[in-house]
Amino acid sequence: MTEARSEQVLRVDAYPTHEVGGYRVRAGKPFPFGANVVPGGVSFSVFSDQATSMTLVIYKRGEPEPMAELEFPEEFRTGSVFAMTVFGLDHENIEYGYRADGPFDPATGHRFDARQVLSDPYARLIAGRDVWGVEPDRSRGYQYRSRVCLQDFDWGDDTPLRIPAEDLVVYEAHVRGFTRHPSSGVTAPGTFAGLREKIPYLRELGVNCIELLPVFEFDESDNPRSNPETGEKLYDYWGYNTVSFFAPKAGYAATGRYGMQGDEFRTLIKELHAAGIEVILDVVFNHTAEGNEQGPTISFKGLDNATYYMLTPEGYYFNFSGTGNTVNCNHPVVRNFVLDCLRHWVADYHIDGFRFDLAAILGRALDGTPLPNPPLLELLAFDPVLRHTKLIAEAWDAGGLYEVGNFPAYGRWAEWNGKYRDTVRSFIKGDPGLTGELATRIAGSPDLYTGRGTSASVNFLTAHDGFTLADLVSYNDKHNEANGEGNNDGGNDNASWNCGAEGPTDDPEINALRTRQMKNALAILLTSQGIPMLLAGDEVARTQQGNNNTYCQDNELSWFDWDQVDENAELLRFTREMISFRKHHRELRSTFHPTGRLRDGLGMPDISWHGERAWQPDWSAESRLLAVARCGTGDEDVVYVAMNSHWESHDLELPALPGGRSWHLFADTGALAPYDIRTPGAESPLDNAGKYLIGPRSVVILVGRSDAPEPRDG
Amino acid sequence: MTLTIKERRNKSGTVLVATGEINSETSGSLLESLLPLVREGRPLRIDLTAVTYVSSAGLRTLLVVYREAQHAGVAVTLYGVSEEVRFVMSATGFLDFFETGEAAAAAVRSKVAR
Repeated sequence: MTEARSEQVLRVDAYPTHEVGGYRVRAGKPFPFGANVVPGGVSFSVFSDQATSMTLVIYKRGEPEPMAELEFPEEFRTGSVFAMTVFGLDHENIEYGYRADGPFDPATGHRFDARQVLSDPYARLIAGRDVWGVEPDRSRGYQYRSRVCLQDFDWGDDTPLRIPAEDLVVYEAHVRGFTRHPSSGVTAPGTFAGLREKIPYLRELGVNCIELLPVFEFDESDNPRSNPETGEKLYDYWGYNTVSFFAPKAGYAATGRYGMQGDEFRTLIKELHAAGIEVILDVVFNHTAEGNEQGPTISFKGLDNATYYMLTPEGYYFNFSGTGNTVNCNHPVVRNFVLDCLRHWVADYHIDGFRFDLAAILGRALDGTPLPNPPLLELLAFDPVLRHTKLIAEAWDAGGLYEVGNFPAYGRWAEWNGKYRDTVRSFIKGDPGLTGELATRIAGSPDLYTGRGTSASVNFLTAHDGFTLADLVSYNDKHNEANGEGNNDGGNDNASWNCGAEGPTDDPEINALRTRQMKNALAILLTSQGIPMLLAGDEVARTQQGNNNTYCQDNELSWFDWDQVDENAELLRFTREMISFRKHHRELRSTFHPTGRLRDGLGMPDISWHGERAWQPDWSAESRLLAVARCGTGDEDVVYVAMNSHWESHDLELPALPGGRSWHLFADTGALAPYDIRTPGAESPLDNAGKYLIGPRSVVILVGRSDAPEPRDG
Repeated sequence: MTLTIKERRNKSGTVLVATGEINSETSGSLLESLLPLVREGRPLRIDLTAVTYVSSAGLRTLLVVYREAQHAGVAVTLYGVSEEVRFVMSATGFLDFFETGEAAAAAVRSKVAR
């Protein structure tokens, strides 16, 4: 007798008790919600507080008309949960949905319509958008079809990696965009499987965490616009329009047409983990794809509109998300929905963390006012299953709530630090009056995160939403005409500078300056305390041709062009060495905000500030030069970073080093490659130990150490 | 579509030749055929040359066979995996569990690089 077969035991609940519509059924178990394979059948469980009746609608896979409609007998209802086990179903070859009957009275929040077949909010697979970009048959009555899924993936010994937050280097990427470009060379471009083939690239780059733009099922075809210049169809490319929260997007899987997206995504995660790379999902709980009164009814609207959405007293949708509706996140039922969803992704997909889109909404009360102690955020912070996952908030919303530094953290939540982005961008550009704030930002923003530590701050200069790094130094203004909104979409406060010409240029001086500015940005980002986040492609100067809002651009504007890996090898090498440098220097990753006090035995403070003169930083409004020295949080070395955004060179007097240490040059963005950066550990000693000439708009990184080891490579 | 299964024995072990689709409807009979062969303890080769499609449930059935074989210390090899089936198995990670041989177009769709 083998182990597997020895577990086959007879169960009382494997036998039907009723017959409905010609199917043998019995009362299901209310928990867990969703469709779950049980002995002999499938148990369906769905919540609706106000429905007067509920009907399970079953289709043979792909058929337009249902093969069965089974109304839940009254005795199968527990509280507000309808649960029924249906026997004899081939779980692999069915699709299902619900018809919920009840009042249609928008003024009281109810929008029941029994004519509509609704997706299960807990569906673990969705059919209907199986291959990316295939035009759907809109005449079908039921577009996004729930499917049953087995939860028996063989994970081997894989578990979430639990890399300490302060050691992360995050890489924000789009599943499709990363390998969709013809130059990617992967077997299945634009898919989870394609991304898996690029794991060696990520390893070599040195990032240890990939943050994926939304992967929950969404409808890329729900954008009605087209490109006014070319007439080409526009998509909902980014995917911040969730259709189903428990289902991975089928169109992101090479095997989506076979319904195997779950296994394909899990395999990607398993292999990323094997490569030492964590996976963070960008999740969107602030709104759904159902939109406002004019939007489609997909699931929540028809099941329990008044529970799932924030409604005005007149029954209209509050719109704190800027997209039509706002999920009623602090309703107790919805709180549990969010919790169940995140637990699902951690337990069944081994996800390491989450970045919450417009997370300030998650702190709003049922009427939209900000809560002092939001129960959802507290719940997620202390949940046993989520206990070691990273929780990162985009700490603002479209309703004007800006909580950077004030997001209720419960000792757990980190934030996208928008103030870091704005300050460093402006400094690099050459704006005056920023050295003081720059110091605060690169030291982990102690003004914002006192008591929370440096890893509460996710530092970034670019993200999917906004200019790429290359465009940040190539455009003064956004150029979003291709989005079909008259260039009115996208942010206007970009703190970008084109270095002398708008867009591409043949001017070698401008191009050299742009490269230097990108290196400056990377050097500052990767030597700042806090968690650095890079936007995929910035390491090879990926351009979106000035479009700072490519949410709808499923084309070369958005895709990673792999030819640039060779074309921009200089910047790639610089990024790689900077990431490696960060890993070599524990003082850059200290979880504690520096105090400036002398460290015992090292003879220097943990952080010290310098200007042209050692120990004399210039905090004046005209100053565009700041140097910082860090030491003493686990390493013997001292790291000195001088940042000059002035258009003039400056003579730096270097601070004297304690304990027989001497200065070695790691990076100087003002030097031509390959002398712009060294391999960590192979820095060259300075000829003139006390001085260094920093060039215009340059960053210089020095290491003070007591020996001069042999170079580790050429 | 149905699945037909034929068994062939030779000196080096047992060969099971499957024809058709392996899905939730047909995988039960496949499992019934395979498990007794695994328990015999002879090396087992599963010839999939004439298998056009393996569904999610089908892949799971093959993995169950693999796990049973592992438990019994029996070598199981998949043969003749078509390009399409190999691609699906590769993308979903199932291919990593199996030993495979002489597959058509194997060189084109080799295992996804780690």
